[in-house]
Amino acid sequence: MSTATRRLAASKRQRSQLLSRLASEAFWSRVVVWLILLSGAAVMLLPLLWMVSSSLKLEQRVFQFPPQLIPNPVRFQNYVDALTYKPFHIYIRNTLLLVVLNEIAVLLSASFCAYGFARIRFPGRDLWFGIVLATMMVPGVVLMVPSFVIFSRLKWIDTFYPLTVPLFFGGGAFNIFLLRQFFRTIPEDLADAARIDGCSEYGIYSRIMMPLAKPALTTVAIFTFIGTWNDFMGPLLYLNSPDKFTVSRGLAMFRSVLYTRWDLLMAASTAMTLPIIVVFFAAQRYFVQGVVLTGLKG
Amino acid sequence: MSVALRWLQKPAGRRTIIGYTFIAPFILGFILWFAIPAGTAMWLLFQDWNMIRPPTFVGLGNLQRMIHDKLFWQSLKVTTNYTVIAVPLGLVLGFLLALLMNSKVRGITVFRTIYYLPSIVPAVANAVLWAWILNSEFGLLNVLLRSIGLPKIRWLQEPRWALPALILMSLWGLGGGMVIYLAGLQGIPQAFYEAAEIDGAGRWAKLRHVTVPLMSPIIFFNLVMGVIGTFQIFTAGYLITNGGPQNATLFYVLYLYRNAFEYLSMGYAAALAWTLFIIIMALTLLIFKGIGSQVYYEEAG
Repeated sequence: MSTATRRLAASKRQRSQLLSRLASEAFWSRVVVWLILLSGAAVMLLPLLWMVSSSLKLEQRVFQFPPQLIPNPVRFQNYVDALTYKPFHIYIRNTLLLVVLNEIAVLLSASFCAYGFARIRFPGRDLWFGIVLATMMVPGVVLMVPSFVIFSRLKWIDTFYPLTVPLFFGGGAFNIFLLRQFFRTIPEDLADAARIDGCSEYGIYSRIMMPLAKPALTTVAIFTFIGTWNDFMGPLLYLNSPDKFTVSRGLAMFRSVLYTRWDLLMAASTAMTLPIIVVFFAAQRYFVQGVVLTGLKG
Repeated sequence: MSVALRWLQKPAGRRTIIGYTFIAPFILGFILWFAIPAGTAMWLLFQDWNMIRPPTFVGLGNLQRMIHDKLFWQSLKVTTNYTVIAVPLGLVLGFLLALLMNSKVRGITVFRTIYYLPSIVPAVANAVLWAWILNSEFGLLNVLLRSIGLPKIRWLQEPRWALPALILMSLWGLGGGMVIYLAGLQGIPQAFYEAAEIDGAGRWAKLRHVTVPLMSPIIFFNLVMGVIGTFQIFTAGYLITNGGPQNATLFYVLYLYRNAFEYLSMGYAAALAWTLFIIIMALTLLIFKGIGSQVYYEEAG
């Protein structure tokens, strides 16, 4: 064998060794990643499992050591007991009423304003859009006290008005911002063609932009649902009579009344969480898109 | 007058009318629910008012009262401690988690869902759940400690454990930040990593010189939003510990809430709110000045 071929063979051997080492390193790093992921997933899931498991236990079994992860017997009656101990059907009805009102308010009002900011050129537009952005930056609790004073002047305390009427005026700065960004991605040619055909700006908004903005509107709708369903501060400040309570307010009161019945409290908490999880799985794509939009484009 | 009328009939004028019609709801809302409350807050700052008797002008009395109010300083301390620990911890862990989630292993989408789920549990349900997890006798955490032979911790009864317990609770919601990082990571062009590899960069160098700089706007955003968010924390302190034990979890907004809606000191509550606003603005500015220049922006906009 000549020196040249020997050298070639040696370098080949080296290369294959290197490759197999790399392959095994990749393999082991994958195993490590897997193990970290698995243990992390256990940590993340455990509180949720604990909630559901506690919600299905007999009252005395909740205080058992070591605890059963899978309850025996499984007691679904806890859910019935929890949701009838306080009139949760009324809380759910109230919350759903607010959800419907807020969805109408946000989807109509925010998209209407967003179209003005996105597609019509007029003096003062950029200034007002700057104000939209500025109001997004102001922390909500800062205006909590004066808003309460104003709503009490309007005799709106213990009504649903403070929780929904403001949304009919613009639908929230963030939603305007999000929809405006989306409207700006829709090709202008479509609107121009409609204008030539004699379509008004209102027609372009309602007949062209709104149907095309369905993905963004869905994202906004999902976040409005979650925001309304989860809101606690608003109902805490503005609702006093129990027959006007929302689910979050009801659950908070339930906790202060029945603070040792963890079986029932966990049943009610699970019941409150379930709709959010269902929405998440039903609309995962829009859901994550919304989170990302909130994060990246803010 | 007639000049204005003629202008309104021109296309530019008509566009202006149409434009303002579209944004009218926002303008009205801004005046009604933002400008008027802000003005009211300014007026309240100088009043002593319990919403029943007529208000009395006290000048800077509310601000003076704050300086001598031990609970105000306590609430500021609690909130600052919480922010200083929870935000960086959440930032780093969320970022590391997103790096893990960006690896191409089997079943990664299932993992992403599992890590994300806790962050969507409604705040009130979350608070009730964690009150149970942190229960000193039968809660999950102490059950786990007991099963590995450690003594139980009275999480919610001991002042030195209550705040760490709530920080732990906040870390469970890490998934929200993770998703934002993940979207950013997936937006980094593969070509950058290939170029770095050609230059001989290892895994650490790629992380240090490609991933982190390109992710810095998102990390920065999460930092700013995290600080703004944690300074407004309320529900956990209100529902789990009610500010206790010994005011160890008396968050700023909880103290503000008590002054306004339990003690009916609307003027003093307004002073607290203005102070919070100034603190948050100052912190945001400080973060922008301090580390804003370190943030790498690939392109404008």
